[in-house]
Amino acid sequence: MDLRCLCLLSLLLLSLGFPPISALGSVAGTDEDFTEELLLKPLPDRKVLSHFHFETSAPHTSVYGRHHRIFPKAVYQLVHKFRIREIELSFTQGRWNYERWGGFDSLSSQNAKPPGVELWASFDVPPDEVDLTWRNLTHALSGLFCASINFLESSTAYSAPQLVPRFNLSGIRYGSLPREAVCTENLTPWLKLLPCRDKAGLAAILDRPSIYKGFYHSQRLHLVSSEFGPNEGVGAGIILVQTLTTVIQPDFQSTDEISLQPSWSISSIFGRKIPGQCVLARLSNVFLELEKGLVVELEKLGLEHVNMKGLSKNPIFELSGTPDRLVGEVSQKSSVFYEFNVNKYAVDDPLDLGITWKLPMVWSCLLAPFHATRFLMGSGNERGSIAISLRSLHSDLGLPSSEFESSPLAKHGCTVRVVIFQVVPWYVKVYYHTLKIFIDGKTYVLSDVIEKMHVSPSEDKLSPGMMEIIFRLPCDMRSATIIVDFDKGFLHIDEYPPDANQGFDIPSAIVSFPDFHASAYLTDKSLSNESLLLFRFQEKNHVQSYTEVLLVPLTTPDFSMPYNVITFTCTVLALYFGSLLNVLRRRVGEEERFLKSEAALKPGLLPKLLTKLSAKLRRKSPESPQPPSPSPPSSSSFVSLRLLLKVILVAVLAIVWHYYLNDN
Amino acid sequence: MADGEEKKGRPRFWTLAAAAVLVRVALVFFQEELNLGSRPEVATPLTSLRRLAEGYWLKQSSISPYAGSMYHGSPLLLAVIGPLTVKRVEGPSNHILCSLVFIIADIISALLIRATGQNLQLAYRHGLGSLNLQRLQETSRSISAGDLAALIYLWNPMTIVACVGLSTSPIENMMVVLCVYGACSKLAPLAAFGWVLAVHLSLYPIMLIIPIILLLGYGPDAPPAKLFIISTNSGSRSLSDTHDKSNSLPNQMTFPMRIFSWRLVGSFIIWASIWSLHVLILSSIYLNQFGGLSEMFKKTYGFILTVEDLSPNIGVLWYFFAEVFDFFRVFFLLVFHMNILFMILPLAIRLYHRPCFLAFVYIAISSLLKSYPSVGDSALYLGLLGLFINELAEMHFSFLLFGGYIGLSFLSPVMHNLWIWRGTGNANFYFATAIAYASLQILLVVESVSAMLNHDRMLRKLSST
Repeated sequence: MDLRCLCLLSLLLLSLGFPPISALGSVAGTDEDFTEELLLKPLPDRKVLSHFHFETSAPHTSVYGRHHRIFPKAVYQLVHKFRIREIELSFTQGRWNYERWGGFDSLSSQNAKPPGVELWASFDVPPDEVDLTWRNLTHALSGLFCASINFLESSTAYSAPQLVPRFNLSGIRYGSLPREAVCTENLTPWLKLLPCRDKAGLAAILDRPSIYKGFYHSQRLHLVSSEFGPNEGVGAGIILVQTLTTVIQPDFQSTDEISLQPSWSISSIFGRKIPGQCVLARLSNVFLELEKGLVVELEKLGLEHVNMKGLSKNPIFELSGTPDRLVGEVSQKSSVFYEFNVNKYAVDDPLDLGITWKLPMVWSCLLAPFHATRFLMGSGNERGSIAISLRSLHSDLGLPSSEFESSPLAKHGCTVRVVIFQVVPWYVKVYYHTLKIFIDGKTYVLSDVIEKMHVSPSEDKLSPGMMEIIFRLPCDMRSATIIVDFDKGFLHIDEYPPDANQGFDIPSAIVSFPDFHASAYLTDKSLSNESLLLFRFQEKNHVQSYTEVLLVPLTTPDFSMPYNVITFTCTVLALYFGSLLNVLRRRVGEEERFLKSEAALKPGLLPKLLTKLSAKLRRKSPESPQPPSPSPPSSSSFVSLRLLLKVILVAVLAIVWHYYLNDN
Repeated sequence: MADGEEKKGRPRFWTLAAAAVLVRVALVFFQEELNLGSRPEVATPLTSLRRLAEGYWLKQSSISPYAGSMYHGSPLLLAVIGPLTVKRVEGPSNHILCSLVFIIADIISALLIRATGQNLQLAYRHGLGSLNLQRLQETSRSISAGDLAALIYLWNPMTIVACVGLSTSPIENMMVVLCVYGACSKLAPLAAFGWVLAVHLSLYPIMLIIPIILLLGYGPDAPPAKLFIISTNSGSRSLSDTHDKSNSLPNQMTFPMRIFSWRLVGSFIIWASIWSLHVLILSSIYLNQFGGLSEMFKKTYGFILTVEDLSPNIGVLWYFFAEVFDFFRVFFLLVFHMNILFMILPLAIRLYHRPCFLAFVYIAISSLLKSYPSVGDSALYLGLLGLFINELAEMHFSFLLFGGYIGLSFLSPVMHNLWIWRGTGNANFYFATAIAYASLQILLVVESVSAMLNHDRMLRKLSST
């Protein structure tokens, strides 16, 4: 901390000699840039979505050099050490509700993430070094974010997707840890990457208890670098986008009208107010989004309620501040954003944006073409099936007209492309030949609906099973279910996690719709200078959603028994070896006796009894009643020789042992 | 008189055999309900037909069939049975066709066992005849060992389960039986074919090379050679008695000192190399665009030897290697495989005059100690046990063994169900049945060897008095 300050100070001193670089209003590509933005959005189910967007960019090294004022040094070093082209890391707690919080807008397709940790990265290294780089990266990130991302190091945890549109990059690796718990210890290092941390600016309102008590929160780090690769030197060096998305239920004031949306403000959600902007930020805005469904509903009540001029006297809701600008055309039937510039506010005059509803409003969010769920079938710990079910959310036509105008599909006889990407750990042994698809309850021949398929079967203790399939499904179908069978594997006792009976998680599958792009159709084309948040929303994103994490219980052996098992098994083997060998070598003594009794006198009653007795005794203790034989006298000469041999053997053993120990 | 009984026995054999086949056919139609193909007793990672289907699917999708850890069988099996595993959306299921293959394999094995048995019986009678011990034949004549062994093989519930449960073990068993039969009837090419394919399919029959060479060299089982010296000394008249009957038998049978026939052994070795070359070439053609032969050896023999899959089966090794500390793993792998190898030589020395029995003991030992045993392996050695019904008539603990096999075959699925499906039991329950099963097999091996040696002793005693 102190060192950093010193560095900054020295940098400042150094830069005195040079013409001063203005932090504000600089053009991207020639100077470092930092913007902070916050989006607030009421959700149909009485929750509030808040989406923080921090974007830091550094110009290309060849233009700007290796020293930065704003851009975090740790990230810069990471990019250069591992030659990262693109990386996305997200920590998520809770599950995004695609049906209530939206599944078709840019926000959800970019920021809705699977529970736990998800990491994918693309490297600019030769193909044979990608795995090694990935492994090192996971360790570096693990240290940087205080998380067990290093578990992604093992080759059983990551894979290389090819067909998913989002991952259409070379040298890409994808891994996720569904069970990773996310907490403040991950948030703090993430905030450290911001120039103002959480001391000033928008991040100052990030009150930990109110974030973590929410229904969903996801902190994301997305890094794009053009430092390497063929287009070296082109574009804006490294761009680091940090977003934090939370869905929080505002404290519900008990009113008579149940259907009234809760009124909330920043201070009621986070318990703090925005104390002005971070001085290093070029842009610092807060947006309030009214999504399309709400705008349409409002329009029915009168167009001017949404517009800037009709805002103050509208009978439906009231904003606790006057917006500086309205982004988005109401007549275009798209979302509208009220912009509040934070630079007008200060610590003694903080911004506390809020909305108070006067009339009950009901609206629905934008839904993805299909709602994807995944579940397990079957019982017992031997086998089961994974089913991914797609349910059409747009009745009748299959597709509503407005959002899908851009998609190149005719209404009749059309097909929708759906990409399913699923990684299963090796102990879930998927039988890919059992893949079945049911469309509206009828079985289909797979080759009719599959456009492309990429399967890499799991290798025991080596690699996970990966399945990527591009389906072409008819538009007018209501539901489709893809089922694949699996056997549950059995692990070595060391491979079970501490709480083995809890079960094992199968990471979320990604269901992506390459024919559909989520983008906020904003008319303003000059957004990149005014709001990077909205600029990112305007980019075309493939609509995609994550399915649930599956919990697979696996059979456990008895963890307390290794010694017993070893001893029992070895006993049985010894029994086998000993008794069989005994049976085989019994001949010598018996036949000798047999021949002897032949050679001896005609056997009377007494000798017979004696031999029987001796045989019985001998079985118990073979050396006690040795019948007198000519061996003892003749062996006396052997004894010394044998003794000598024994002594030599022991000596040799001792010497070998000695050298062996010395070597160690 | 004997011929008359045999004629009476033959129709009974055929009706019983046909009934056994009918039972299989009937059970095939309830395959879906029985779902035997996923039982751990039936389908091991090596013999499971589901895994074979997966391998075939991978091959059809132009991925190596050995990609992933699913398929560990032979590529030839994939080429032959693979097309039968494809499930059609409509029309009749291929499963019935597939089961038919296994039923035919079972029938062929049974018939070969029967032929081997008749061969052995003939040799046995001649052995007794040449030792002047015809009175022993009176008891043995009433039971035809071949018919009995074939019926045991066909009616053994384990065989039926392995056949209907769609595991590839009927085919492996057929190859083993084929090689024993070929060696017994001095057909070196056939023996070599069976041996090479059996080794190709499951590695363990490689031990059978010793009994096969002995069989080809000396002919089928006979009393120890030493007895002939004694008996020629004591009673040479028996030779002249039996001489007229022995035209059908090879010369060395009646001759007191058996001569090792190098010609047959040589042709066996040549044929074995020809067949193995064939198998390797066919496999490499099949796997040409993938990993080739090295991948095949790694994924089949390597998988057998390193015991990678720890899913439960009726053996003891899976639990052992699931529990044993990692740094001991290699040591115990060596110990377990050594245990099979250690016994080869002592048994060969003691039983070299009975190569067929030696083959039976080797098969029993390998199915006891192999990495992924299934009931199909037990079915084979229990069937072969019937061949020695005359020699092993005085075996100890036969009731205990019989009861043990029946009891365990009921108890083991119950324990498996308690552990895997209900979750009320524990892995140790199932492992306990596996240990008991191993002990039973050990008892069977030890007692049968001991009974056979006792039988030889008795012959010696009788021939010398």
